[in-house]
Amino acid sequence: MAEKTKDLLFGPIFDNNPIALQILGICSALAVTSNLSTTVTMCIALTLVTAFSNFFVSTVRNVIPSSIRIIVQMTIIASLVIVVDQFLKAYAYSISKQLSVFVGLIITNCIVMGRAEAFAMKNAPIPSFMDGVGNGLGYSVLLLTLGFVRELFGAGSLFGIQVLPTTADGGWYATNGLLLLPPSAFFLIGFFIWAVRAWKPEQVEEDDFKMKPHSRVSDAF
Amino acid sequence: MAGSKDSVARTLTVAFLVCLVCAVVVATAAVSLRPVQQKNQTLDRRVNILQAAGLYQPGMDVEAAFQTIDRKFVDLETGEYVDKPASYDQLKAAKDPEQSERLDPDDDIAGIKTQADVAEVFLARDDAGNLTRIILPVRGYGLWSTLYGFMALESDAKTIAGLGFYQHGETPGLGGEVDNPAWKALWEGKKIYDEDGDIAIQVIKGTVDSGTPNAENKVDGLAGATLTSKGVSHLVRFWVGAKGFGPYLERMQNGEAGDGSEAGETGGEA
Repeated sequence: MAEKTKDLLFGPIFDNNPIALQILGICSALAVTSNLSTTVTMCIALTLVTAFSNFFVSTVRNVIPSSIRIIVQMTIIASLVIVVDQFLKAYAYSISKQLSVFVGLIITNCIVMGRAEAFAMKNAPIPSFMDGVGNGLGYSVLLLTLGFVRELFGAGSLFGIQVLPTTADGGWYATNGLLLLPPSAFFLIGFFIWAVRAWKPEQVEEDDFKMKPHSRVSDAF
Repeated sequence: MAGSKDSVARTLTVAFLVCLVCAVVVATAAVSLRPVQQKNQTLDRRVNILQAAGLYQPGMDVEAAFQTIDRKFVDLETGEYVDKPASYDQLKAAKDPEQSERLDPDDDIAGIKTQADVAEVFLARDDAGNLTRIILPVRGYGLWSTLYGFMALESDAKTIAGLGFYQHGETPGLGGEVDNPAWKALWEGKKIYDEDGDIAIQVIKGTVDSGTPNAENKVDGLAGATLTSKGVSHLVRFWVGAKGFGPYLERMQNGEAGDGSEAGETGGEA
């Protein structure tokens, strides 16, 4: 049992990362990672929502009629997201202003829906909760990596504190503006996936088809 | 079991119960957290006003600092103070045809489309009660987005004391540099009018050489953000102009509006 919990919690970090392997939740990974403080808030919010939505969906999984199961999951997820959003507005107002619609968009984050449908509907509440936390951690690891690189090299700071003195303030570091724009996250996610798959080659998908070498070379002449 | 689980009655019951429980949870959270949220919003706005006026230091007691600031309402056409309830929201009024005016595209250089009839102003005073800053809410279109901010003027109503935006969606690192403290500091001490009394304040392309004529009317453009700079230039000119606070500023310069301490007493609610 202890072994299984550990798998549920830490498996999604590198072995089955929701972003790097399942390629889910890319939208928010681009949008909120231009600085670390919004990234951290988003990670906490998503981990809480995934964990609790998994827990509640799993609790009622045996009474949900299959014809309305998706909409019941959505209702539970949406309620949790609204509660998280309300708490952020009350206790972290400036960060909630920066995150703006992206907290609300956790509702449509494929990771939350995906785990509710794929795991919570088939497993007991406690393992489901652990699975939610684990996937939240997997998402967080990737987002924090992106946030770290983007803020450090894009703005020369970490958590808003200047680390590399920028040329605009008379220092030596010329900031890389591209990193502050959303498309840069695509490159970084690409590099992350490359690194993970170089380390764990079993994650590399089989080719859908193989090119055969030219079999009738002689015809060309 | 499997058959009854998917029956119509069962489906409706489950749907109803899920909705009920979720509605109660959401409503409880929304209602119980509302007072804290409103306090945050007020605080955020006040911090922005103080920042524009150059009165803000991190960690200061915003509530106490705001005691010295009066909130007034100005009829933009006449420049006179009018009474409005404390809950008056200028941005909402600008969208209400009853309380606003549709701007002629030729006048609307800031790209705001409609202008409320009545605007807010904030008057900051020193300990002796003398007017030190006139703080005006401003907004206008940049490159991608409408920029919302506050502009602070010295008590002569001719000199800019500060300009800051609290909401915009300009490109980070380019147009987003309107938030750069170094750039914002450039506005301090700039004159709105030239020697003939015409509005001359503008953001130019490149840097202002202090030797050029009318350097006191010009502010450096943001490198790589020509359109945002133009937008800021336009919005400042619009709000000090005839369709903005022009009539009010004229009264203030002539001392006609009074220092506002007796007229339109509506308190410092913001």
